Amino acid sequence: MTNAGTTVATADPPAPAVRLPRRRGIELALIVLAVLLSVYGYCDVGLAKHGTVPPGAAGYGAGLGVLALLAHIAVRLRAPYADPLLLPIGVLLNGLGLVLIYRLDLETPGDRAAPTQLVWSTLGVTLFTVIVLLLRDHRVLQRYAYVCVAAALVLLLLPILFPAVNGARIWIRVAGFSIQPGEFAKVLLAVFFAAYLAANRGALAYAGRRIWRMQLPTGRVLGPLVTIWLISVGVLALERDLGTSLLFFGLFVVMLYVATGLTGWIALGLLLACLGAAAVGGLEPHVHTRVEDWLHPFASIEAGQGPNQLAQSLFAFAAGGILGAGLGLGHSILIGFAAKSDFILATAGEELGLSGLCAIFLLYGLLVERGYRAGLALRDPFGRLLAVGLASIVALQVFVIAGGVTGLIPLTGMAMPFLAQGGSSVVTNWAIVALLIRVSDSARSRYDGEAAP
Amino acid sequence: MTRYIRHAAAFCTLLLLALLVNASRVQILRAQSYDTNPANRRTTIARYHQPRGDILVDGRPVTGSRDTGEQLRYERTYPDGLLYAPVTGFASQVYGTTLLEHTEDAVLSGTDPMLTPFPLWNDLTRAQSRGGNVVTTLNADAQQAAYEGLAGRKGAVAAVEPATGKILALVSTPSYDPAVLSGNSAATERSWARLNADPDKPMLNRAVRQTYPPGSTFKVVTMAAALDAGVVTDVDSTTDSPDPYTLPGTRTRLTNEGDGCADAPLRAAFEWSCNTVFAKLGVDVGRADMVATAEAFGFNETRLRIPFSVAPSTFDTTVDKAQLALSSIGQYNTRATPLQMAMVAAAVANGGQVREPYLVARTTTDDGDTVWTPGARPVRQAMHPSTAVRMKELMEDVVTEGTGTNAAIPGAVVGGKTGTAQHGIGNTGTPYAWFVSWAQGERDLEPNVAVAVVVEDASADRGDITGGGVAAPIARAVMEAVLNS
Repeated sequence: MTNAGTTVATADPPAPAVRLPRRRGIELALIVLAVLLSVYGYCDVGLAKHGTVPPGAAGYGAGLGVLALLAHIAVRLRAPYADPLLLPIGVLLNGLGLVLIYRLDLETPGDRAAPTQLVWSTLGVTLFTVIVLLLRDHRVLQRYAYVCVAAALVLLLLPILFPAVNGARIWIRVAGFSIQPGEFAKVLLAVFFAAYLAANRGALAYAGRRIWRMQLPTGRVLGPLVTIWLISVGVLALERDLGTSLLFFGLFVVMLYVATGLTGWIALGLLLACLGAAAVGGLEPHVHTRVEDWLHPFASIEAGQGPNQLAQSLFAFAAGGILGAGLGLGHSILIGFAAKSDFILATAGEELGLSGLCAIFLLYGLLVERGYRAGLALRDPFGRLLAVGLASIVALQVFVIAGGVTGLIPLTGMAMPFLAQGGSSVVTNWAIVALLIRVSDSARSRYDGEAAP
Repeated sequence: MTRYIRHAAAFCTLLLLALLVNASRVQILRAQSYDTNPANRRTTIARYHQPRGDILVDGRPVTGSRDTGEQLRYERTYPDGLLYAPVTGFASQVYGTTLLEHTEDAVLSGTDPMLTPFPLWNDLTRAQSRGGNVVTTLNADAQQAAYEGLAGRKGAVAAVEPATGKILALVSTPSYDPAVLSGNSAATERSWARLNADPDKPMLNRAVRQTYPPGSTFKVVTMAAALDAGVVTDVDSTTDSPDPYTLPGTRTRLTNEGDGCADAPLRAAFEWSCNTVFAKLGVDVGRADMVATAEAFGFNETRLRIPFSVAPSTFDTTVDKAQLALSSIGQYNTRATPLQMAMVAAAVANGGQVREPYLVARTTTDDGDTVWTPGARPVRQAMHPSTAVRMKELMEDVVTEGTGTNAAIPGAVVGGKTGTAQHGIGNTGTPYAWFVSWAQGERDLEPNVAVAVVVEDASADRGDITGGGVAAPIARAVMEAVLNS
């Protein structure tokens, strides 16, 4: 196992990929750093609020450390060439999320979310470990494309049978835990899209009639795709979960473009999105309100009804300024409902400031970039599409919710990956990181994409 | 496919950039306007997050703070609220602040930049200075004596130190407990409604915010004007004053309560408070000199701050002779706050000099370092020093043998002037009892207290409402308290 480093690339185009260094030591060091940062944040909250280090600090640090170490060992055993940045970023974001939720718990003594979140994080890391240990090759997933899509549809349809919570039918309650099955469906749909597009991309791009400069694919190829997409979006519209709907649509367009390279698809997609947005915005009062709130965040103040959630969120970000108020010293709890979930970023913005917020954005950016890098390095179309799809889920999700709470785009409910309270989301994101680890391991090991490993 | 992946990556980079730019917009460019939005509770939360500084009287705090554990954490308390309400005002989480709580708010709430160890230190560290303290000039014993003297009757007392202008007592009754307005509960709202609806107006600071016709106490000003203008040279020679006195240009006849005022010498007229003599004296002095003297004493001054604003006392500058005659005996449009009348007495006691009154001796940081002192206060010569010497004599006579014997303090030199001011349409209102005085201790070089008392007692018998009977004992109690401390 030589450490090849930057070996000179050979001139031949179909050259075998270079075997890259494993960098597991760096990963371990970064994980230690991520755990220490999280523990520091945890202690900081306690010192700011009560003047003492919180009693659970050691336990919290140990718990997070053990989880991260388990994941690291799994990666060391079964994905030794995996990208060394993915796991530490996941650990840091998850740790930071726990700190922020713990911090907000102090303001709401009757409603403690951090312990539950820690349980879900444990489940998430366990799932991560299981995926890394059991899924030896990502191409196995290609075989289960239709199983995935069936499972995704079932998961999406399941909450319709349960009562609506806060106006949206996206939760199911099992044994005291509320689960958002739509979250899991994201990964399954990404797998399906990747598998399907990888198999049919030639047909999509080159078959069918040509109208003006657009290549229309044959109905046989396009049919299943559009049907799946329509069903998923329709289900989401029924469940009133706009954020996820937007995410699926964006994911679909991005993957379609990457698979076929047809700009016409993008144009058509954007046109459809605009039409859909206009139609939904005009018809659906729920959506219309969101758009109005976005355009006039302070309208409720002028109307004498006090600031709404978005206004409170903007106040929180503004209060943070450049350096932030300091952990535990802000008042983002004024946002009220959903302060720990959809609006968790406002707490980060107020207490860590613009500097902290940018750091968090850049962490997500790095995570996405590592996903895309794996996609670029891989040779098999399924792997590439899967890597790009998974990374795009993270990117779109961060954009939709972060843009929403900072007033860049209309607010749609969605969980900030890893940071926000929400078990299903954390578990899903760990699954995404696990798949990215698996894909990047394939990309970085001596694997040229032609022969089976 | 590689190319398309790169395009998609570029798209994601764009999204990231949009987020970063927008975050900068919200957190830097728009931060100021969001922070100052009145709907943003953070300013309010920060304000009540720490105990408010205290207002001190004789080194003892007359205010406090209570940790409520609520979102607006600290609430104002007043251990002796009724007594000090006309000085402290209230500091409410709902209704804002008044009086010293209002004017000294920056120090008390800790936002005064002078409280920080270094310039811009708090902006950098996002720290908040602890609330500073406000040290008042009040004399606790005098304040107590005045409050007890009024004994719940409607009225006010103002006492100052003549040589400096320090306010020693400022009492207004009926009073209220400002603590009931501190919080933000429904009870606070009820208290606010109740206090505002109360016909006795307990929240009105009668000592500085209410003007009364000064009545005969204004004769001190008229007398000083006459002596200064040279209209009178000998206070013991008889005057040419008819009784009753027909107001010039009218058929209105002015009379006196008592007899013996016709052609009475000024000393006697001052002792026995002859309206006819002083009405005519004011006319003899003339409008210009009367106005000049009255304004030198502080009448018509609209900008006085102690540091909260004081209602301007008025002496009409556009009067004809009949009106001037009435104005000169403290009627017509002549109105004065109790504090203004204390300044009149103080001017006599202080060799004719009026010191601008003030209430804050200094402000300090939480641990006692001085932040601000008032420095030298403006001084104004209200009358010639020789006039002041004769005025002192005349006022002493009032106490030794005139209408003000109730104010005499054994072993001290006391000068005073009584007043019974009529008011209302056709003088139908219950008269106000006035007494203004000063006192000098046996071993003191100069008078150390000047005081004005007004009692507007609706329930009393008309005959009893005389300055000497009702107001003078209160003034004596206050002066004794100051002399003994």
